[in-house]
Amino acid sequence: MATVGVDAGSLTTKVVVMEDSRVLSRSLVHSSVAGAASQGIQEALKACGLSLEGVKAIVATGIGKKEVAEARDTATEIVCDARGALHLVPSAQTVIDIGAENSRVIRCDATGKVVEFVLNDKCAAGTGVFLDAMAKALRVPVSEMGELSLKSTQDVNITAMCVVFAESEVVSQIHRRLPKEDILNGIHKSIATRLYGMVNRVGVNKDVVVVGGLARNIGVVRCLEGLVGVDVVVPENPEFVGAVGAALIAAERS
Amino acid sequence: MRTAGIDVGSLTGKALILEDNRILSWSLVSTGPDSAETAKEATDIALQKANMTLDKLDYIVSTGYGRVVVPFAHRNITEISCHAKGANWFFPAARTILDMGGQDCKAIRCDGTGKVVNFAMNDKCAAGAGRSMEVMADLLHISLADMGGLSLQMVNGEVPVSSTCVVFAKSEVLAHLRQGTPRNDILAGLCAALATRVYGLLKRVGIEPEFVISGGIGKNIGVVTRVEQKVGLKANICFEPQIVGALGGALFAREMLEKQKKRSAAAA
Amino acid sequence: MIANYGYADGSGEYFITIDTDRCDGCGECVKVCPRGLFEVAPDDYDNLVARVKDEFVKKVSYICPGYHRCSSQGADCHSACAREAIAHTW
Repeated sequence: MATVGVDAGSLTTKVVVMEDSRVLSRSLVHSSVAGAASQGIQEALKACGLSLEGVKAIVATGIGKKEVAEARDTATEIVCDARGALHLVPSAQTVIDIGAENSRVIRCDATGKVVEFVLNDKCAAGTGVFLDAMAKALRVPVSEMGELSLKSTQDVNITAMCVVFAESEVVSQIHRRLPKEDILNGIHKSIATRLYGMVNRVGVNKDVVVVGGLARNIGVVRCLEGLVGVDVVVPENPEFVGAVGAALIAAERS
Repeated sequence: MRTAGIDVGSLTGKALILEDNRILSWSLVSTGPDSAETAKEATDIALQKANMTLDKLDYIVSTGYGRVVVPFAHRNITEISCHAKGANWFFPAARTILDMGGQDCKAIRCDGTGKVVNFAMNDKCAAGAGRSMEVMADLLHISLADMGGLSLQMVNGEVPVSSTCVVFAKSEVLAHLRQGTPRNDILAGLCAALATRVYGLLKRVGIEPEFVISGGIGKNIGVVTRVEQKVGLKANICFEPQIVGALGGALFAREMLEKQKKRSAAAA
Repeated sequence: MIANYGYADGSGEYFITIDTDRCDGCGECVKVCPRGLFEVAPDDYDNLVARVKDEFVKKVSYICPGYHRCSSQGADCHSACAREAIAHTW
């Protein structure tokens, strides 16, 4: 029987339906929509031709996990991230999750047990908010930032770590007519530095997996690889990893 | 003996000219894209006010964020040391100094001669600096100068706003506005949040009376009042809290000159 | 002078503290730090002492993994400093 994982994040709510460790369908709804989780669950179930009666268990995670009425059970973001990442990338031992308003680094042992983690949800540096603010300043769509930054030919450094201070720094770089791709590369380096600091705190076990919405930004991923000094793996649909973990936990618990 | 201190901050440039122990003139200009230009502009205005030319200055010390780019300065000194010295000149009993500008916040403890004993600075996070107030003034469409006064005229009392991150606090403020929370109550929460951050930094260096506040935040009565409440001490604020660093620079310049004179007298 | 280099941000307090009255400018911390955080330079009162390099002050928590991680790997600035002038908040 199928299980459902709901990851109610600060910006988007992700839902996956799974059966026998396979993802049947997924949906993504903006969290600001009223009843985002319910809508997401309906959409995901519809996509694989199931109804709520056909679901064995639903587990919610993410910042809004307690507000998911359909879920009988919740699990922490740390556990879900680790579980989801290890399922998709069996060799994974370090998981870096870069979300819209928070980021975390989790180190597991060879059996997948969480050994140490560090999270940041109190400072917007090193989260998607930072990237959004910079995308606006540069008038580049968030989805295009990564590819564009790879064309960078000159090193530009953003010395400010804080989103607010970095915004003014980027604006002054735009005024100095520095090429967009170089500024973007600087922005990605800045986020990566922030995350690398967290990675340093917990230590690295190979393989390293990057998940969360920002894992789609190839520029950030490349910068992170450069700093950590090992290749990192980005699973398909990286923003759904937490929801996959929740669905797997739902299957185990029921 | 005429000396000058030039404080090139991230948002404003200040210059002050000292004749022996008397302030001849000072200036305050906003920082342009080129720090060296800003330093020159501030110095020119101060010189003009004192009816002087650059060559009449015996020693010039630069300080502040852009202190290394002032080509006509004889030496640069960190803003930490300059603020301690400047505060000590205004208030000789000063032992704890809070300096907050747009870009940073400094907590300094000094001895009776104005020498730094302990310091901590935060220029990494906007939530701990005056910049947070500028961002919120923009968001609430009011002028920076009015924020402090309005924050003391609360309607239902202070609403909590988190002090950890300006970006996240912005969303909190917008949510409060949507719920119809009176603007002044939000302002009160913002001033209190900044005061909390400042107090954390002050505790790190230790608090001893007398207490002095310098920098632009000294003009925000809402923040000053709340910092005073937390610290439990009344703050001494001089007539123009933004020139304390430049004054400290000019005082350092005077010391350098005196040292030079002593050395040449000994040699002769 | 107690010099606190670093900051407090939303995620915590990160200060590297150097007691410049204890520091004799020997430079052992400069040698031992794997991240190259320290330098020895004259301060405003013309004493030659250790300090955290300007370019790192705003990002100490991202560059330095904290005292405990370094000491568990056998080389850290606290033990390198014979005068016990260096401390970390994390």
